[in-house]
Amino acid sequence: MYHYNDFDEAFVRERVSQFREQVARRLDGSLSEDEFRPLRLMNGLYLQLHAYMLRVAIPYGTLNSAQLRQLAYIAERWDKGYGHFTTRQNIQFNWPQLADVPDILLALADAGMHAIQTSGNTIRNVTADHFAGAAADEIEDPRPYAELIRQWSTDHPEFQFLPRKFKIAITGAPNDRAVTKAHDIGLRMVRDANGAHGFEVIVGGGLGRTPMIGKVLRAFLPTADLLPYLEAVVSVWNLAGRRDNKYKSRIKITVHELGIEEISRQVEARFLETRAEFKGGDQAILAEIGSHFAPPAFAPRSTAAYEAARSANPAFRSFADTNLAAHRAQGYAIVTISTKAHGATPGDMTAAQMRVVADLALAYGHDEIRISHEQNVILPHVHKADLPALYLALREAGLATANVGLISDIIACPGMDYCALATARSIPIAQEIATRFDELGLEQDIGALKIKISGCINACGHHHVGHIGILGLDRAGVENYQITLGGDATETAVIGEKTGPGFAADEVVDAIERLVRAYLALRLTDDEAFVATYRRLGAAPFLDALYQREVQIHAAE
Amino acid sequence: MSRPFTPKVLTANRLRQGDAVWLTEDDRWTTDPLEAELIEDEAHADIRLIFAQSQRNYVVGAYLADARAGARGPEPVHFREAFRSRGPSNYAHGKQERF
Ligand code: SF4
Repeated sequence: MYHYNDFDEAFVRERVSQFREQVARRLDGSLSEDEFRPLRLMNGLYLQLHAYMLRVAIPYGTLNSAQLRQLAYIAERWDKGYGHFTTRQNIQFNWPQLADVPDILLALADAGMHAIQTSGNTIRNVTADHFAGAAADEIEDPRPYAELIRQWSTDHPEFQFLPRKFKIAITGAPNDRAVTKAHDIGLRMVRDANGAHGFEVIVGGGLGRTPMIGKVLRAFLPTADLLPYLEAVVSVWNLAGRRDNKYKSRIKITVHELGIEEISRQVEARFLETRAEFKGGDQAILAEIGSHFAPPAFAPRSTAAYEAARSANPAFRSFADTNLAAHRAQGYAIVTISTKAHGATPGDMTAAQMRVVADLALAYGHDEIRISHEQNVILPHVHKADLPALYLALREAGLATANVGLISDIIACPGMDYCALATARSIPIAQEIATRFDELGLEQDIGALKIKISGCINACGHHHVGHIGILGLDRAGVENYQITLGGDATETAVIGEKTGPGFAADEVVDAIERLVRAYLALRLTDDEAFVATYRRLGAAPFLDALYQREVQIHAAE
Repeated sequence: MSRPFTPKVLTANRLRQGDAVWLTEDDRWTTDPLEAELIEDEAHADIRLIFAQSQRNYVVGAYLADARAGARGPEPVHFREAFRSRGPSNYAHGKQERF
């Protein structure tokens, strides 16, 4: 776990005291809203439909128990007792009052956290594989590199007024859990022929109005060249990016318009300069950062208690089958705690639940916690012998829902329940789908299926890469939901295909049920996942089910 | 012939609290949308908007929103405004806390 050094600490506190003065000057009228808005956005403070919203970075999704406790304290002291985890590994507080925000930022600084560059046309919070440092399939823990990127990008003087926001995701594993292909830059660790570690650099991915899967800019970048190379990419885009049109300013459009070859040529030329400028200081810092991410001392212990609980308790077995992932150390597991109890708001966690998770991380998880872009909470290092006790404590706190990767494990952005940019609500649709399939008792039978919901074209809910994507729109003053099918967020990323006319709010859950029932009828075996059936058969039979075409044909006969 | 004017209310968010408020006939900002002034004349709407925008140390982002006369006061036309006057649908927070 990285701890702020004196420089980080002084910098963050300085920013808090600057913001305190800015808020005071806004409140006494010496700053207008036009003057104040960019200043508050630089500190992650938005004005939403019902209140201010403070977006706090959880760098590369990593927290320790003290930090989670501090988030719980903030939620209770200055908000309404809960927080909302987002697809960018941030936490959002939905109800702060303006005058309290400097105190909240100070409380964050006390725990080594901040809200800097969670908004604005800057390099945003670097996101990472939420199983980083624990996953069995990992080549190397990507978080030291992510922390290096955080330090480099924070307050980077050249990159404070970019053409638009810039998002970087990183993974150290071949199975991509960080959606690297839908980021401005995606970094996937790979090995070269000699076994040396490097990054495949993917550029120009992104969702939103013009969804695009990123293209490979460099098949193998030695890890030591990471910062000079990133500096080259961002500075090329900083000059070439379109500042005349907000919808064309992201690097995906620059790549699309100039072509990957031309971008590559410019980046490589600039890289020769940036590499000469980085004189190895970054590598010294990386080595120092790396020492903070040493893996915990994993101890060999018997897993007999785990096996016994599995055979004795079917509910525990179901939890273990669904919510555990393979750990690199013998006898250990990665535990995903779902925030998506059927009917709950995806990504929301109460202060009391945060404290339970913090306690459990201390007791059983080497004091490590991760937040996933799928809006769940992870204990990355739990010995299997401790799982039965952990499960009981989670159940007590309403946190033992066994649905990770299943139909009710839905990504949903805040939508029009909170977000000022929304065109429709997302949360109630997620709640109703989860409740419906729970009542039908079909969830386990359906198996792996990712539904992702966004409340507007900005696609914070990643709907384009959901197996089933749902986009909420405003059609002539009525909420309307457009469905996409066959999207994929992993290393085989694809953008889902639009189906056709959208559905009213009270029709969309039935529409999803028709799709899922069609899948159950069409799949070859129980193991063939929804998206595999979709790939095998194409859209046609799903569209028939969605639009009830057979029904109409029969009716016309 | 110009199109008939859709009645409006003037709404904004309070600077300190960030919550939604509506302008009343007697120049107050109220948290109860039913107390809002229903503006039925375009020229008057322009005047009220200029007034609202001058209240820059009290409210942020003032705008005119479509409304219609209801039994107890102005009612929102668009669902976005209905949500603003009520609060989120997943918790009983926001304006509906009062109900
Ligand atoms: S997708 Fe749209 S509605 Fe949802 S959080 Fe993003 S901007 Fe708001």
